[in-house]
Amino acid sequence: MAQTMTTEVDDGKVRNDRSKKDALLDARGLTKRFGDILANDRVDLIINKGEIHALLGENGAGKSTLVKMFYGSLDPDGGEIHWDGRQVEIDNPAAARDLGIGMVFQHFSLFEALNVVENIALALPNPGNMAELAKRIEVVSRDYGLPLNAYDVVADLPVGIRQRIEIVRCLLQEPRLIIMDEPTSVLTPQEADQLFLTLERLAGEGCAVLYISHRLEEVKRICHHATILRHGQVVRECDPTKETPASLASMMVGADVAAVSASAQKPQIGAVRLGLKGLSAKAATPFATALNSISLKLHAGEVVAIAGVAGNGQGELFDAISGEMPVASSMIEIDGKACGTKNVTWRRRQKAAFVPEERLGHGAVPGMKLSQNIVLTRHSTGDGLISGGMVSIQQASVMEKRIKQAFDVRVSHDDPEARSLSGGNLQKFVVGRELDRKPGVLVINQPTWGVDAGAAALIRQAVIDLARAGSAVLVISQDLDEIFEIADRIAVISRGYLSAAEPAADMTRERVGLLMAGGAEAQGEVA
Amino acid sequence: MRIELVKRKEHSQAMLLLSPLIAVALTALAAGIIFLISGHNPLIALYKFFIEPLTQQWSLEATIDKATPLILIGCGLAVCYLSNNWNIGAEGQFIFGALFGSALPILYPDFENVATLPLMLVFGALGGALWALIPAVLKTRFNTNEILTSLMLVYVASLLLDYLVRGPWRDPGGYNFPESRIFSDAATLPDVFGGLMSLSTPITIIIAIVLALVLAKTLKGFEIRVMGESPRAGSFAGFSAKRLTLFSFALAGALAGLAGTMEVSGGLNQLLPTISPGYGFTAIIVAFLGRLNPFGIIVAGFVLALSYIGGEAVQSAMGVSNKIASVIQGLLLFFVLACDTFILYRIRMVSRRVTAGETSHV
Repeated sequence: MAQTMTTEVDDGKVRNDRSKKDALLDARGLTKRFGDILANDRVDLIINKGEIHALLGENGAGKSTLVKMFYGSLDPDGGEIHWDGRQVEIDNPAAARDLGIGMVFQHFSLFEALNVVENIALALPNPGNMAELAKRIEVVSRDYGLPLNAYDVVADLPVGIRQRIEIVRCLLQEPRLIIMDEPTSVLTPQEADQLFLTLERLAGEGCAVLYISHRLEEVKRICHHATILRHGQVVRECDPTKETPASLASMMVGADVAAVSASAQKPQIGAVRLGLKGLSAKAATPFATALNSISLKLHAGEVVAIAGVAGNGQGELFDAISGEMPVASSMIEIDGKACGTKNVTWRRRQKAAFVPEERLGHGAVPGMKLSQNIVLTRHSTGDGLISGGMVSIQQASVMEKRIKQAFDVRVSHDDPEARSLSGGNLQKFVVGRELDRKPGVLVINQPTWGVDAGAAALIRQAVIDLARAGSAVLVISQDLDEIFEIADRIAVISRGYLSAAEPAADMTRERVGLLMAGGAEAQGEVA
Repeated sequence: MRIELVKRKEHSQAMLLLSPLIAVALTALAAGIIFLISGHNPLIALYKFFIEPLTQQWSLEATIDKATPLILIGCGLAVCYLSNNWNIGAEGQFIFGALFGSALPILYPDFENVATLPLMLVFGALGGALWALIPAVLKTRFNTNEILTSLMLVYVASLLLDYLVRGPWRDPGGYNFPESRIFSDAATLPDVFGGLMSLSTPITIIIAIVLALVLAKTLKGFEIRVMGESPRAGSFAGFSAKRLTLFSFALAGALAGLAGTMEVSGGLNQLLPTISPGYGFTAIIVAFLGRLNPFGIIVAGFVLALSYIGGEAVQSAMGVSNKIASVIQGLLLFFVLACDTFILYRIRMVSRRVTAGETSHV
């Protein structure tokens, strides 16, 4: 997440003029810090009884952190929470449940081998008689329009029904506040409509709902009030029914910030180095996104950025380009050579380099030393790391020192395990490991995710310098500040569709926001 | 007070070495308590179990003889476990390898020349590898759980052995005893150092050393370790998880099969209904106690072999059931795995925070 834009003016901040007498949950000055990152910075939030309250923000804005403090899975570093007029400390999820706070998670915590009633019984403090519980489940679920068969085995149920189980599990505990984290991301439109009816009914009964979603249309449709987080701070509160999706998007991404120009140096555009031609792939798992006929030409000398909300196919696109997910041969070309079926090693030998989103466990092996992590991606790129099948530890440690120095990677002792580095330092190392090769094509997913401002600036500069030296760089990012800072052209990915890449100078945040909220999809379908 | 496990920033090198030692000490303590409860003097029993076998030449040799198959199987299993492939069926691969290796001297007893023994060893390794590839192929093709399939195949192999020695492979001149014919000299692994040990011990040590070098120095060894720790990073490095599953199972099976053949050809000299006192299962403990490192496995194999000899010693001297050996082996695995927690975690005592909320019963 970029923290370079700390000078923005809080002109959008609206004083909370809603009556406080109905306040159910009143958070004052909640602060949470993770290492160098201030995830929540003096957040004030009031949720009234019977209110569907939207919590909006880009990825990394601090929504999950805030919600976890309400649900007792994180301890705040500062600030206080008032519940029904009394100050409380929520030490753990059980304490949250006792207060009447229920949570429906984005990814379900259900045991597939068990049936509905067993799963629910496991989560209740006093489940009582199973047959009675089963009857209660069927009554309550039908009552709220989310009918369930108590004895269905979870493994046989579709995602929409699984979510019902989670919701009914919450309802059985008679919650006064339900927190929902992106509940519709796994639902069909019809299932979502059903859910909205249930939420409206709950609100009518006085239950409050804290609703986290990226789908601005549905926020506008069902939410009574919205709080917008950005870089860990509340930047705005509004009545979403009086806004448009575009205006909500611009509040999230901070359109009030003056756009930064791409780069002082004008790019010398050369030949196409990376070509995507009708790249399509089916979703591998229920949580994955299918790629739909993505086309893009990436030229030597330019930085193209792909914007988009998390989970819209960025990871799948990265895996397809890197070769971890094979596709049809003609769909991907590196320097004119079709390579959709080739593996990642073959592509690296074609002078392509890749930096995945997840540093630990994908870009680097957590329990291995940095020198060994160099072998991870450089073993077959002609760096003299392997001779006769043997790994040259000497050469690896020479390279480790060189990369540490060039990219200012700060470590506590010589050649530590990757897991011991801070996020920013590890990212500098992982990026440095690839840039050290002077790759012809660089694909980098979330280059400065969770990285402190200094490291982020260094990485962005290095990426621009690489492009200006004749390489082609594809940056996948959710950070619009970053995208406008470094990109020559910008495309937007939404639900696995990619909009046409347009010059950054012609792009506005509003337009990017609209493309994110489904415009890219419409464009992709037409194309 | 509450005890919390806090993740360390890096693996603790000290705990990596100390963990098996602490585990052995805790096992001895637990064994002492078991002896005490069953009405024996724990000190004498522990002495007879752990120390006395080391004081005599013959029992020392018997220990090394028993350690040999454990080390060889343990080395193969280490490759599986390092790469996150849970091969629990080494016992079956040991038996099937022994069957494959014995086919030659049993079916063609007249084939006696210098090629007999090498051919037997090759067949033995091949048989073990084939048996191990069954769960590996099932895992890579159909996503089955290799723990279950490899374990179940142990019983298939064991019943197959039982059928063969009672049926088609029974010694025609053996008075209907369930055993195969005695192997010819050409099919017998020569003894070394004039004692109880056969050539299998030096062969095993050499294989362990080579494997240690492969794991520590080569790209293949690197691949194995990366895949075990982080499969996603492994596939980012261009390694294929499926191919490595096949490779590690085949290697572990080959080494177990080789151990089986050497056991039959070196010590027993014939096939019997029971050719293994559970070597394939005990080798799992050996692999973990030895830190999945071939040098460590050599030491661990010796410690576990001691439990077989010690079990017999306390049975004959004190009348304790020799099942105590299995109990102690189980305790040892339990303590090793428990102590290994502290390689990546440390203990922190936390005083309970006073809660201001209305959460009295939480």
